[in-house]
Amino acid sequence: MPANRFNGHTDYGIGIGLRSPHYYHILTRKPVVDWFEIISENFMIDGGRPLRILDQILEQYKVVQHGVSMYFGSAERPNREHLRRLKTLVQRTKTPWLSDHLCWGSVDGRYTHDLLPMPYTFEAARITAQKIREVRDFIEIPVAVENVSSYAEFHVSEMTEWEFLNEVAERADCGILLDVNNIYVSSQNHSFDPLTYVNSVPGERVAQIHIAGHSKYRKYILDTHDHPVIDPVWKLYARAIERVGHTATLLEWDDSIPSFDEVHDEARKANRFLASASLAAAV
Amino acid sequence: MKLLNLQRRMARAVMTPLTNSERMRPVAPDGRSMRAVASQIIKPNDRLTSFERLEIYNRQYWFRVLAAFAEDFPGVRAVLGGRRFDAMAKAYLIDCPSQSFTLRNLGSRLVNWLEKHPSWAGERQNLALDMARLEWADIEAFDGLREPSLKPEDLAGVNPAKLQLRLQPYVSLLALRYPVDELLLEVRKDSGDLDVASNTFNERHKRKRASAVAKLKPSPIFLAVHRLEEDVYFRHLDREEFAILSALHAGKSLNAAIESPWRSSPIAVADRAAQIEKWFHTWSALGWFCRLEKSPKNEKAAPH
Repeated sequence: MPANRFNGHTDYGIGIGLRSPHYYHILTRKPVVDWFEIISENFMIDGGRPLRILDQILEQYKVVQHGVSMYFGSAERPNREHLRRLKTLVQRTKTPWLSDHLCWGSVDGRYTHDLLPMPYTFEAARITAQKIREVRDFIEIPVAVENVSSYAEFHVSEMTEWEFLNEVAERADCGILLDVNNIYVSSQNHSFDPLTYVNSVPGERVAQIHIAGHSKYRKYILDTHDHPVIDPVWKLYARAIERVGHTATLLEWDDSIPSFDEVHDEARKANRFLASASLAAAV
Repeated sequence: MKLLNLQRRMARAVMTPLTNSERMRPVAPDGRSMRAVASQIIKPNDRLTSFERLEIYNRQYWFRVLAAFAEDFPGVRAVLGGRRFDAMAKAYLIDCPSQSFTLRNLGSRLVNWLEKHPSWAGERQNLALDMARLEWADIEAFDGLREPSLKPEDLAGVNPAKLQLRLQPYVSLLALRYPVDELLLEVRKDSGDLDVASNTFNERHKRKRASAVAKLKPSPIFLAVHRLEEDVYFRHLDREEFAILSALHAGKSLNAAIESPWRSSPIAVADRAAQIEKWFHTWSALGWFCRLEKSPKNEKAAPH
């Protein structure tokens, strides 16, 4: 669904994550990029160079905010200071939608700074959905939740991960940021068919798609965002696009970051799938 | 198991310190069996036990927070040496885990913690403390709030006996026992070199830095850590200049602040007025003062 109520009825193309090693290139060469995704927390500050650079980027590019520490799935209430700062940034960037992860990472006011997996229970779905609603009501823009890569599953789980994602999205009436790399990583770590996951997601709720690379170890795969996208992930992406249509797509590359052009070229590989989706829609 | 209970148990396990070989401990310091904790909450699979799956998160947590902490305090690392710094960092992060949504604030309690736990810095406690103060001030200056600056016309008719000037939130005033600013700049220069240098070159620089730390003698300095055009600077201040700024920062009126620093000052009485004017000119040019708040204290002098 190219433009829907979960991405502010926008029709964004292929974006890349805004990362500091590329600032100089972007500001001096002004490459043509559909949009940039920023990590909200990097700019939820009071002043200084990061905000000045962000303002320069905003003069020329569309920016979408992606968070890493709202922890929708944490049992505790949202941190008011976090919400206040997030809203201030939303007003600055005018992001049409905002995303963060379907995970938890803090408890009793202590932060792990990790994207910890959810127990897939109805209680967790209810608490998470309530928190997403609370955040959306405060921020006043659409919210999309992203499926995370995980390395552990809980005994208490009552459903599959994709059933949990759908349960939360339904209860919260929120969008989904579908990360096909994370689906692949988790499918390898937990031995499920990633296509079943992609085929189970309600396409009308998909606001955005993430693609990325990862690192393979002997017994598990880690979501490291430090490699090009592998073919099996492109295949999942192709299936996702086939189901949901021409959707805003973003390449994440966060470690061992290569040149801007290399990252951009990798992201633009998504065009071959988006083009066929556009063609199919036209026919 | 309720969500909150599960999250408390898992977070406690994830934040448990690693062994010296960076693995998850079989037994936590409080006597919990980590195997038991893991198997109670996490399923094993055909490749990994519950313990091994939990260990992935345990290791990721420590690698992440230690890396972020080391990135923020390269100067303290240079002062203590790598091994002592790593031990200190673990001890600090056990006592002071993150309470913020951003890793930027990870080191916010380091100075207070080091004051209470001097053994982690050994003989170099004062030097390490000075460096920690400087590096935290650097973080604050980098992204601190800049309020609208005071303009000369804002002062027209204001009563100096009641006038309270406020420093910009990003400005920190430091009275330090060691000239750690020079050392920190040296450390950063070395770090920049490390990216491109050969191992031999790195070793030479490490020895040079160790030598610089060993040779650093106490020599009190007064610094303002501030920001100009979004770059952070360490500006050396005269003792009297520091005293006036500190008094203003503490909320004293302008008159009270400029009367405070002169006991045992070598600046001749006749030169003081000119010196104060010069300082104020510099501070204003650097934009260090915020615009006046509308408060009764800053009210204009009554007409005579």
